[in-house]
Amino acid sequence: MTVNTKDSKDMVKTVDLIIDEFHAKKEELIPILMKVSQELGHISTPALEQISERMHIPQSQVYSVASFYRLIYTKSTGRHVIKFCESAPCHVAGGREVWNAIQKELKVKPGETSADGKWTLTTTSCLGVCAVGPVMMVDEDIYGNLRPDQLTDILGKYE
Amino acid sequence: MKIKRSMVLVSNDPQSIEKGAEKVFARLSEEIKAFKLEDEISLSMVSDIGRNDASPLVIVYPEATIYGPVNPDDVHFLVEEHLYKGRVATKLQAPTKDVSGKIAWLSNRSGTVPAEQRIVLERAGVINPDSIEDYIIHDGYQALGKVLTEMKPVEVIALLKDSGLKGRGGAGFPLGMKWGFVAAAQGDKKYIICNADESEPGTFKDRLILEGDPHSIIEAMAIAAYSVGADEGYIYIRGEYTIAQARLLNAIMQAKEMGFLGENVFGSEFSFDLHVHGGAGAYICGEETALIESIEGKRGEPRPRPPYPTTNGLWDKPTLVNNVETLANVPPIIRNGAAWFKSFGTPSSPGTKVYTILGNVNATGLIEVNMGITLREVIAIYGKGMKNGVALKLAQTGGSSGSIIPANLQDVPMDYDSYLKAGVAMGSGALLICSDETCVVDLAKVLINFFRFESCGKCNPCRIGNQRAFQILTNISEGLGTMKDLEDLQSMSKWLYEMSNCGLGQTAGSPLKDILTHFRDEVEAHINLKECPAGVCPMSGSATTF
Repeated sequence: MTVNTKDSKDMVKTVDLIIDEFHAKKEELIPILMKVSQELGHISTPALEQISERMHIPQSQVYSVASFYRLIYTKSTGRHVIKFCESAPCHVAGGREVWNAIQKELKVKPGETSADGKWTLTTTSCLGVCAVGPVMMVDEDIYGNLRPDQLTDILGKYE
Repeated sequence: MKIKRSMVLVSNDPQSIEKGAEKVFARLSEEIKAFKLEDEISLSMVSDIGRNDASPLVIVYPEATIYGPVNPDDVHFLVEEHLYKGRVATKLQAPTKDVSGKIAWLSNRSGTVPAEQRIVLERAGVINPDSIEDYIIHDGYQALGKVLTEMKPVEVIALLKDSGLKGRGGAGFPLGMKWGFVAAAQGDKKYIICNADESEPGTFKDRLILEGDPHSIIEAMAIAAYSVGADEGYIYIRGEYTIAQARLLNAIMQAKEMGFLGENVFGSEFSFDLHVHGGAGAYICGEETALIESIEGKRGEPRPRPPYPTTNGLWDKPTLVNNVETLANVPPIIRNGAAWFKSFGTPSSPGTKVYTILGNVNATGLIEVNMGITLREVIAIYGKGMKNGVALKLAQTGGSSGSIIPANLQDVPMDYDSYLKAGVAMGSGALLICSDETCVVDLAKVLINFFRFESCGKCNPCRIGNQRAFQILTNISEGLGTMKDLEDLQSMSKWLYEMSNCGLGQTAGSPLKDILTHFRDEVEAHINLKECPAGVCPMSGSATTF
């Protein structure tokens, strides 16, 4: 997860470059939003205004698209994002116990970020690795065959 | 990976064990070694194959010859005759009796990997997916060459109609007919879209095709474009599938260099340009009109239909949308003909189907087998039986939008017609196998929560209905349900089906309907006895706020 440490001038430049890369085409709005979200951590209000202005799309419309898709973040996130699969195959294979344990361990509710800004806990639908369920993703790393007693070790790897 | 020539299974249900199955197994293992066949033959135990009239059984795949009852003293002869000399040891064969649906029919299968019939996954795991040369050596781009040099578009469509191939995305619409609609649609510009937004929970078949054999999809799309008169295509692929995206981009680049894509393919008049469009995380974009909206840069909200994409699709032009697995069937059909394809599967549903086996079985994973196999066979043969020998309670077929089916329907052949008659949805091919440790209320809660989360919010029945159904199910799971709640769930499932705009809302009610049809007693126990028979639901008696 990219940490948002850029100053505002850099951010404007980053957004401009991404829009240029996709030739400011209206049909490329989703890839543009994805990339901005990846590079800046989320779609901030200034970034939203800038995209709207340069692409001649109303802010309301840009926001409605950004908020629709799960891989585009409209809120800032913690240093690490946990995506826990809550689909039926993982649930049946013991996901429920792991999910309860994770909330207890981190003291974070689903959709929220921990007070120290370290963790954001989200659920995701199927990640397509169901044969090794229950599954979760921490940033870009996938963990399968999870058991509650492994959580401390796994989460301890992240600073 | 070493490819085994045969797979030998020994039944190990309690009755077989009592009659000496373990000794038979041990003798088989010795004899296979004595004939130095251990590299070519795999040997495993299998539970409950539905034939206890002749146990212990020994089944040899790919021929699916069933021997039984087998004594340890018969084993030497069996191994020598069948596995070493290659002829059926007829005197040991089990008497013909069709107990488990279709095991007899399995005898037609053949294939390199024991007991699977691979058509769409034939090359996956065998060739280097990043090498176009490897693909070409393995019959790649032959079908496209044949189509462009020898066949008219109408002939291709007629061949596919004749093959009987149906869409593998879930709905099972005949492929040739769909291509015919787009070919007949008026317009100078047409598009082809490959729907690779595989997000159905428990399904990862398309990912394996795309990661293992990306060129097969490119070839199929070029054939489709030629047949319907399109010159531009998109592969809409899930944002989470980063490896598959990278392999596709590489494959497209190689195909362009070799002249299989671009201007004047194979020196013909036909030109075709192909783009990869990554999704951004929305289940609903697997619905074809939502997918089209998403390519156009909008929220993925399904359009009302008609008009259908075949006439008014991407940018309002005629558009063909096909699933990955469906497309992967096209080049083999062109190469081998319709009759060849019809020799697999059942008469009403020819060909193979890729299934993902999940849940409480000993072996989870992915298989490609003939249409018409039964759930019992899938669990016994490929799932290697239920985990810890527990009983099958239910299976959830086809991902969240499929059906919950009780154990007594496990002998229905899995093909489009038989499932339709049994009122079961085939869906995407995900098979979630659940033991009696699963609670149906809890399972329905998870499924409805999924729909509640993934509903695009455009139309009321789906947006409000799923939220309301989730609240009711949560109350039931806390011991706060009433009998009136069951009536509400029943009517909600009906409204969702009748009033929703798209497939998501229409199928969201299925879990509600299914648990009330097949497991009503268990749901009522939560209400009347304030007890969860499976011991899963919290039943805390405290209300949850939403």
